[in-house]
Amino acid sequence: MGKFIGQAVKRVEDKRFLTGKGRYTDDIVLPNMTYAKIVRSPYAHAKINSVDISAAKMYPGVVEVFTGKDIADSGIAGVPCGWQVDFKNGDTMKEPPHPLLVADKVRHVGDAVAVVIAETKEIARDAADMVEVDYEELPAVTDAAEAAKTGAPLVHDDVPNNTCYDWGLGDEAATNAAIDKADHVTTLEFVNQRLVPNAIEPRAAIGDYDPIRENYTLYTSSQNPHLIRLLMCAFVLGIPEHKVRVVSPDVGGGFGSKIFHYTEEALVIWASNKIGRPVKWTAERSESFITDAHGRDHVTKAEMGFDKDGNVMALRVKTFANMGAYLSTFSTCVPTYLHGTLLQGLYTTPAIYVDVTATFTNTTAVDAYRGAGRPEATYLLERLFDNAAREMNMDPAELRLKNFIPPFDGVSEPGYQTQVALQYDSGNYQGVLKRALEMLDYDGLRKEQAEARKNGRLIGIGISTYIEACGIAPSAVVGSLGARAGLYESAQVRIQPTGKVSVYTGSHSHGQGHETTFAQVVADRLGVALEDVEVIHGDSESVAFGMGTYGSRSLAVGGSAIVKSIDKVLEKGARIAAHKLEASVDDLEYEGGHWTVKGTDKSIAFGDVALTAYVPHDYPEGEEPGMDFASFYDPANFTYPFGAHIAVVEVDPETGKVDLKRFVAVDDVGNVINPMIVDGQIHGGVVQGVGQALFEGAIYDDNGQLVNGSYMDYCMPRADDFPMIETDRTVTPCPHNPLGVKGAGEAGAIGSTPAVVNAVLDALSDYNVNDIRMPLTPERVWAAMQNGNH
Amino acid sequence: MIPANFDYHKAASVDEAIELLKKHGDDATLLAGGHSLLPAMKLRLSAPGKLIDIGSISELSYVREEGGGIAIGAASTHAMIEHSAVVQSNCPLLAENAGHIGDIQVRNRGTIGGSLAHADPASDYPAALLAANAEIVVAGPGGTRSIDAGDFFQGLYETALGENELITEVRVPKSSGGSAYMKFAQPASRFAIVGCAVSLTRDGGNCGDIRVAFNGVSSAAYRATGVEDALRGQALDEATIAAACAHAADGADLMDDHYASASYRAHLATVFAKRAIMEAAKRA
Repeated sequence: MGKFIGQAVKRVEDKRFLTGKGRYTDDIVLPNMTYAKIVRSPYAHAKINSVDISAAKMYPGVVEVFTGKDIADSGIAGVPCGWQVDFKNGDTMKEPPHPLLVADKVRHVGDAVAVVIAETKEIARDAADMVEVDYEELPAVTDAAEAAKTGAPLVHDDVPNNTCYDWGLGDEAATNAAIDKADHVTTLEFVNQRLVPNAIEPRAAIGDYDPIRENYTLYTSSQNPHLIRLLMCAFVLGIPEHKVRVVSPDVGGGFGSKIFHYTEEALVIWASNKIGRPVKWTAERSESFITDAHGRDHVTKAEMGFDKDGNVMALRVKTFANMGAYLSTFSTCVPTYLHGTLLQGLYTTPAIYVDVTATFTNTTAVDAYRGAGRPEATYLLERLFDNAAREMNMDPAELRLKNFIPPFDGVSEPGYQTQVALQYDSGNYQGVLKRALEMLDYDGLRKEQAEARKNGRLIGIGISTYIEACGIAPSAVVGSLGARAGLYESAQVRIQPTGKVSVYTGSHSHGQGHETTFAQVVADRLGVALEDVEVIHGDSESVAFGMGTYGSRSLAVGGSAIVKSIDKVLEKGARIAAHKLEASVDDLEYEGGHWTVKGTDKSIAFGDVALTAYVPHDYPEGEEPGMDFASFYDPANFTYPFGAHIAVVEVDPETGKVDLKRFVAVDDVGNVINPMIVDGQIHGGVVQGVGQALFEGAIYDDNGQLVNGSYMDYCMPRADDFPMIETDRTVTPCPHNPLGVKGAGEAGAIGSTPAVVNAVLDALSDYNVNDIRMPLTPERVWAAMQNGNH
Repeated sequence: MIPANFDYHKAASVDEAIELLKKHGDDATLLAGGHSLLPAMKLRLSAPGKLIDIGSISELSYVREEGGGIAIGAASTHAMIEHSAVVQSNCPLLAENAGHIGDIQVRNRGTIGGSLAHADPASDYPAALLAANAEIVVAGPGGTRSIDAGDFFQGLYETALGENELITEVRVPKSSGGSAYMKFAQPASRFAIVGCAVSLTRDGGNCGDIRVAFNGVSSAAYRATGVEDALRGQALDEATIAAACAHAADGADLMDDHYASASYRAHLATVFAKRAIMEAAKRA
């Protein structure tokens, strides 16, 4: 722990957020700005016979109306996918175009057909209703597994069986043999349902073309401004990257849904060029429901083999992953390299094989959502472990402890090589589960549960343990797996002449609190005051090319890049200090913002060295003036946070309603910079994960309509649904980055979902129920009890 | 979320509101608290050409004792009713019921007249007004008239309101005995999947008068007369109550949606009838 590192420093950004002074994309008003309203398909699948824009164009205040034909005539193919995942037989992934506006047929409710640009948003909204589209409705398919069947409607005419790829990982023959030989095989077939991300700030984008300088500015509510610029310039619009500035100002939540390059971003830039005025588009909430990339949506069959003593022998998984109608930026890697590769879990499973078929359907695109693949992997493993424990009449905690990988620190021995490509960095899985059991008083609670059962009360205890791959990612590794981007991070530490510090980071904060945690790291390492450090992010004009924030990567990768720059500052500072102190660099030590000649009282302050660097009158020979260092950090490995979550529920036997009584989360995210922010991340993630277990889920009808596309019907978790979440941590530092940190953004959402579902099934253990489809609504729980063999 | 264009008129009195209704006919819609109408307009599910705002007619905002019961002006907010000492002492069922509506923001803004006129079958007032034997006073071009709550709710978003009429007052007789409102809420909207209101008196150890009513279950609020008949004069023990509650959904036009099927709703009606009657009996 340092002066700032490890301290619960209050968030500096909260002053503006809590007083309503945040500045979001929709708050930005440019001179002469116009407003765009996108005409979207009411049908999931329909041929477009004609689009009549004449009435809309005549409406007073309308500036211009564009259709899919205008886009096609401009030669714009559409937005690309960022990750190529090929068929296991070597065939190339199917990658149909995702146009900015469609001309031929619509493929999901909300598909964009035309854009109306007007003097006000009200006029644009009214005129959008005047665009007459003649649709010829076609049969739709919404289910990932159904889509792969012969005879299913084709979302893209040239993609047979709607199959994007059919991918495999692991040793299939060894796995099949081990399953055949196992004394006990537990099998589950389940759906990991589709979730709507629901960031509090709807997506928004402003395109601003300057015809004199021939440059563009895109303001966008994004987690990933530089990658958006690269994809939009090089792959979509073919405009020179140095003429484009992308700004992501304050962003009100993302949860993954704002990582991706969306069609609307390119559309407002293109339209701004066409009309010569700025164009703003802001999603309405209903529009967010049907156009923000959704999460999860896997249909899975999983089998796990054990020997007679409960040692796990093999895991075999078949998953159908729903891609939606088009490939979103990272959609293809989520069910494969973020899910298949995590199926080792915390266990010593010696044989694993996973097969993933990704399919197109007439639904909104699916992509990374808090956890992205890792929640699906954890849900699968933890449900199997609890199911196996019930079937083999073993305690679920003991079964896990028996099968955990033994502790390893990754320093005195190498990391743990899994059966599914990854090498874990460091871990102590027994530690987190034992601590969680102790916090819960597990044995005592089991006795209480048995007593309550005698009185007709249904109490359940559900355990979940998880590991995730964060700190995404070593560029060469992901490149070999099909990523079309590097996944390093940039940082620039600029020491101002007065010794104040400006930090430019390629990470992007949309709720994480980087302005606080990054400043804590910098202030500690430089020995300066926290308020002397300013963290700047989200503007491609001032920040070097960065890779944005997702996959719990900011501190592990972005923070490490900052540390690299700080090291350069301190090296140069030491040379200047040595000159001023007339000493050798080797004789200096740096502490508390001063270089001191060891064993003397001769010292010089950081601020004086900074000033000297910019006013280099009395200066080391050959040394460049200034103190301003850029760095790029490409991690050596992923980081692997882990933890144990335990839920205690009570089920109302008359209604099936689940009451969450307790939730214990013990997480190991490596070293912690700000425990308050980590606790906040865990709390938020747990709530999101419990939301999936009990409340949330997109429902499509057979026609491909999203039935619950509003907050009247789509149930978000609320504060009064929760007890106080009980958190604790163990610390197993990451051995391969300078801060020893692993990442905390997604952990809560990964561990919590199976804990709650396992707890409900444990409460119903007398009813012979082995699965209830999420979300576990009261009716579903009640129906399962009616159908069970009580 | 931008509504279609509309003209806005603010009525200063009931008479002016009726005049405006007569003048604009079908093109006009009354706006009170706006908590049902404005979301529908923003989604463009509703696009009235003219809004007549009656939300600030001061003569419609009151709660007072009158004629041995209470009189509540139609523009009174849910929060006024929830917190009114007059309602709490004369008809605690209605105060309890109003406290179940939406959240604090909704209760501070939404009005009883607006909610009743909208007649959402999952709204909370109807069951309580049926169980409390309330009357709804309406005014129109032909003067005022009073409608029994039992005749007012006619179907899905349908009421006994006539052309160019508006609700002016709700009258509730002073209650005796015990009462309770129990609700199983849809978790997203917090509207009632099942809301059961019970008002009963004790006659010796047994059940005297009893009124049991539901919203949320059927396309319109209804009284469960089968439950009432099975309990009147009977012992108020759990077994007798549970047996009577088997009739909770008799004859109901059960609603069915993705959150709760018709059969589950029917089951919940029996559970919540039992719970509400037990609670009312305890309070009687």
